[in-house]
Amino acid sequence: MSLDKEKIKHVAKLARISVDEAKVDTLTKDLNSIFKFIEQLNELNTDKVEPLTSILNQSLRSRKDEISDGKIREKILKNSPKKSEEFFIVPKVVE
Amino acid sequence: MSKEKFNYFVNGDKGEYEVIIGLEVHAQILSNSKLFSGSSTKFGADPNKQVSLIDSAFPGMLPVINEECVKQAVRTGLGLNAKINNYSVFDRKNYFYADLPQGYQISQYKNPIVGEGKVLLDMPYGSKEIGIERLHLEQDAGKSIHDMDPSNTYVDLNRSGIALMEIVSKPDLRSPEEVNAYIKKLRTIMRYLGTCDGNMQEGSLRADVNVSVRKVGSKKFGTRCEIKNVNSIKFMQMAIEYEANRQVELLEEGKEIDQETRLFDTKKNETRSMRSKEDAHDYRYFPDPDLLPLKLEQKLIDDLKKSLPELPDNKKERFIQEYGLNSYEANVLVSEKEISDYYEEVAKLSDKKLAATWMMGDLFAMLNDKGLNISRSPISAKNFAELVQSIKSGEISGRIAKQVFEIMVESGDNPKKIIESKGMKQQSDPKELEKIITEILSKNKDKVDQYKAGKEKLFGFFIGEIMKLSGGKANPRLTNEILKKLLKG
Repeated sequence: MSLDKEKIKHVAKLARISVDEAKVDTLTKDLNSIFKFIEQLNELNTDKVEPLTSILNQSLRSRKDEISDGKIREKILKNSPKKSEEFFIVPKVVE
Repeated sequence: MSKEKFNYFVNGDKGEYEVIIGLEVHAQILSNSKLFSGSSTKFGADPNKQVSLIDSAFPGMLPVINEECVKQAVRTGLGLNAKINNYSVFDRKNYFYADLPQGYQISQYKNPIVGEGKVLLDMPYGSKEIGIERLHLEQDAGKSIHDMDPSNTYVDLNRSGIALMEIVSKPDLRSPEEVNAYIKKLRTIMRYLGTCDGNMQEGSLRADVNVSVRKVGSKKFGTRCEIKNVNSIKFMQMAIEYEANRQVELLEEGKEIDQETRLFDTKKNETRSMRSKEDAHDYRYFPDPDLLPLKLEQKLIDDLKKSLPELPDNKKERFIQEYGLNSYEANVLVSEKEISDYYEEVAKLSDKKLAATWMMGDLFAMLNDKGLNISRSPISAKNFAELVQSIKSGEISGRIAKQVFEIMVESGDNPKKIIESKGMKQQSDPKELEKIITEILSKNKDKVDQYKAGKEKLFGFFIGEIMKLSGGKANPRLTNEILKKLLKG
């Protein structure tokens, strides 16, 4: 897999990362060399290996269906750059 | 009747097109707390009062799954005759939106908790099977409120993190009517199971609608458009009709259809492209490193299966067998669990068939009129059964029964008491009836002569007079017999 400049810009946009136009070339080169390094793993035949999603061989921990949280509106809203008494306020997002 | 005859077609100049529909239904799971946090899920709370640090995505918070939500998803899967997967994985679906504080939605992608299943629809042209592709667990997003301020959007995260089941159908639906039947059936099944309340007004049940068209006879699917978040069946049907016609128009002009996300504008009754969702399908899914794979013991699945309530399809069959109802009656009476419970209580105490007729007629009309759910009916099942029995035994006529019914609605009284105290009992004593009839005939000698001379339609006039004199209480069958006999004599 290799990335071109357009792909880099696209991924940056999706991730809301601003990328300096002047740096796109170096970034492309760097990322491609990292990919190349990782792609060495493809030389291994993994046909019979289950994908590993976690190194812990155990199942998901779960909790009972009980209300144990919430009612902390002040705390939740505290760090919001813009807020009312009850709501977060963000720039208009409407279709 | 051919099923195809009932598909939804759009006529173009260059031929006839059929519409292909698939649905992604989002159903909020009934649980006390959220999927990954201990906040309440109760609808209608003050804004941001049911939000934890997890739901608002503060750094360093770890999600812990609610075991009841997992069980609810398994129950729903079983109710959809689907394969339950012992192994499923939670993934992050990445996108930015103001009401999604995490910047990703925890969902399931490659390994959903429930696999293929099916739902049976009862259509006027017979039953039709709709395939289920999968059901997966995911988090709901918060709510954006756009009408509080002209230049800002207000965000309420109470809904953020509530467990959703996304139920994806195969592209098996062919008309707005089938979409209507499908949503209603899903809703009924989930309400029986107690896994989702199906309340579309409160947004517990919403759907994305995938629509494409193709020339009749073509086997290849056309390019589809996805209409996001339509929250009523009526709007879904309108959106499908609009979208199908729009796509046919494009094809007729030799243009291509872009695969895109659209929204349905309920004021203008049209769908339009959501520009902001241009990159919407670039979600960069990957397994959530905060959550281990979900492994289900077979025993848990088996136990849940054993504890399922009787589901609508089975109940319908039983109603037909046990109570001698026809398919239509059975369908209506199993459509809501509360209705079927009420009916069974009534049917145990009275005539099964007559009970069904009166329930579907007068009782439903009254409930509908008052906007009441059957569980809040002013007439108890026991009283209703007594009314049915009074009609069946001939104690009161159908006409009088309607009056008794009205009084029952107003007073909540027992029908026996009403009939007794108002003297509404049907007159079924032949001697008494003969007295009344003789009186009418002697008062109307001229008409009797006309009748005997061949003017037979006067029979109705006599019946009317007898009813008037008896206060509507004369037994119609007996009155007929005696009147005929006396007129001959």
